[in-house]
Amino acid sequence: MSADSTSTYLSAAECTEIDHEISHAPTPAAVAIDALKIVQAHRGWVSDDSLTALAEYLGMSAAELDGIATFYSLIYRKPVGEQVISLCDSVTCWIKGYDRLQAHISGRLGVGLGETTADNKYTFLPAPCLGACDRAPVMMLGDDLHQDLDEKKLDQILQSGSFNKGGEV
Amino acid sequence: MSDRPLTININAARDATDINGYEATGGYQALRKVLAQMSPADCLTAVKDSGLRGRGGAGFPTGMKWSFVPMDNVSPGHKYLICNADEMEPGTFKDRLLLECDPHQLIEGMIISAYTIQADVAYIFIRHEYHLAIKLLKQAIADCHARGYLGDNIQGSGFNLQMYVHSSAGRYICGEETALISSLEGKRANPRAKPPFPQVSGLWGRPTIVNNVETLCNIPHILKHGGEWFQNLGIGADAGTKLFGVSGRVKNPGCWELPMGTPIRELIEEHAGGMQDGYQLKGFLPGGASTDFLVPEHLDLAMDYDVIGKAGSRLGTGTMIILDDQTCPVGMVKNLIDFFAQESCGFCTPCRDGLPWSGQVLGDIDSGNGIPADLKTLQQQVKFIGAIGNTHCALAPGAMEPLQSALKYFADDFQQHIDGKACPYCDTPAVAMEA
Repeated sequence: MSADSTSTYLSAAECTEIDHEISHAPTPAAVAIDALKIVQAHRGWVSDDSLTALAEYLGMSAAELDGIATFYSLIYRKPVGEQVISLCDSVTCWIKGYDRLQAHISGRLGVGLGETTADNKYTFLPAPCLGACDRAPVMMLGDDLHQDLDEKKLDQILQSGSFNKGGEV
Repeated sequence: MSDRPLTININAARDATDINGYEATGGYQALRKVLAQMSPADCLTAVKDSGLRGRGGAGFPTGMKWSFVPMDNVSPGHKYLICNADEMEPGTFKDRLLLECDPHQLIEGMIISAYTIQADVAYIFIRHEYHLAIKLLKQAIADCHARGYLGDNIQGSGFNLQMYVHSSAGRYICGEETALISSLEGKRANPRAKPPFPQVSGLWGRPTIVNNVETLCNIPHILKHGGEWFQNLGIGADAGTKLFGVSGRVKNPGCWELPMGTPIRELIEEHAGGMQDGYQLKGFLPGGASTDFLVPEHLDLAMDYDVIGKAGSRLGTGTMIILDDQTCPVGMVKNLIDFFAQESCGFCTPCRDGLPWSGQVLGDIDSGNGIPADLKTLQQQVKFIGAIGNTHCALAPGAMEPLQSALKYFADDFQQHIDGKACPYCDTPAVAMEA
């Protein structure tokens, strides 16, 4: 990671990836969403400084880019922990015990939805339907989907500590 | 030739099929045939004759959609084909199966479809969370370039096609085709007014077709075996097979490729194994969150577009969500409305402000704080928000579908909440999440 969240410039690696997207787009601004995801993959989230640097790189105003960044739920404009827990709260998972699992995770980690644990390990977020309703209830931990959840399985997942960091573009 | 063409390469373990495995079962033969023997007009005729209707939820005839793309070369420039792989309709888990298990089937379908409308650029717009599918699709595209199925002068035909994977950054509204186009242009995913339709003025103002994953996966089989064969796969009025799914408190939730027109009863009782012990069927959403509830009296209906339409609902995505007798219908509808309220793009007032209002009223009723007038308020919201034309796109009218049918079929449940000033299901886990 060559650029952190306070960098007011884009790293060479970020620029290379963004340039690759721009190479098959009609204008630099057209890749705004891809570019936000690239910056987030490198820095974990998109700070004001990161946003300003990226807007300048794409030739657009920071306000316009922020309007795009804040529209999309998977662009994080606040810091997140090392892993994001995305617990599905849509209809089938709700029928099959979402509220119980939500309470269990909150109790175990000491955080509510939208919060990050004190040790910065987990951020706990609700997710819209994850497209695995035949195995409900489900959640994602980073890039990994976990299905047929119950309290026991949650404990195993949170104890194991093995994970993929989120943010693949 | 299989009578389950979409899933010939899909096994119970859901292993991914690579390009060798795909070619071993006849993959890319349809593309070779098309490029060697058929004109774009021939392909369009074949798809029209097949009776294929869009599998993303709306059921629009695919051939007719394609026929609106200008085929003269008066206006030089790109034409685009976009695959909508933004599967986010709650209760829907069918495209994931096709993407993760047989990515080449989709890509072959896209190449043939692009050839038919003479598009030279194709995008797969896929939701961020489908990491495995994104990885497999990128590999599949690279393999296609290596074997001459993508790029310039495909199989010596003179046809050129570039294909890109765009992974999204969330938001259900991206599944609406004009919102998807806005998002692909790097903007907020606000839907656009129609007309002009995307077929004439879509991505970057150029002719664009947006089709669902499952729709495109049918294309190689139609071109290979013909429209009549495809028509005969259906056992009712509609053509082809469909991935149908059942989720909720059934013994064996899952997704199966079955003939169009398969009876609902067969889906729930045979394939899904019936209700879990101790639970009774109270109702179901036949095709995702934005379809009207149906009830046990509809069990013998065929899963066909028009049959389900006449019963007052929609086939939608064909993946049904079961409401059991121990889950609160008011709580379930509140969950659905809250989803749509959260996912509103905010562009038009009835949706942005109306859906949260519906959620608030439902929340009051669900928590025992409802008053009799609340039912009238909900009916008015259904009338005004649910009417097509009162909102900028179909999101809010879709949100009203489960609400209006719940008010009809589960009126007693709403009344009990209000009269008893409490949720009668409050001992069940489902109800604990209110407020």
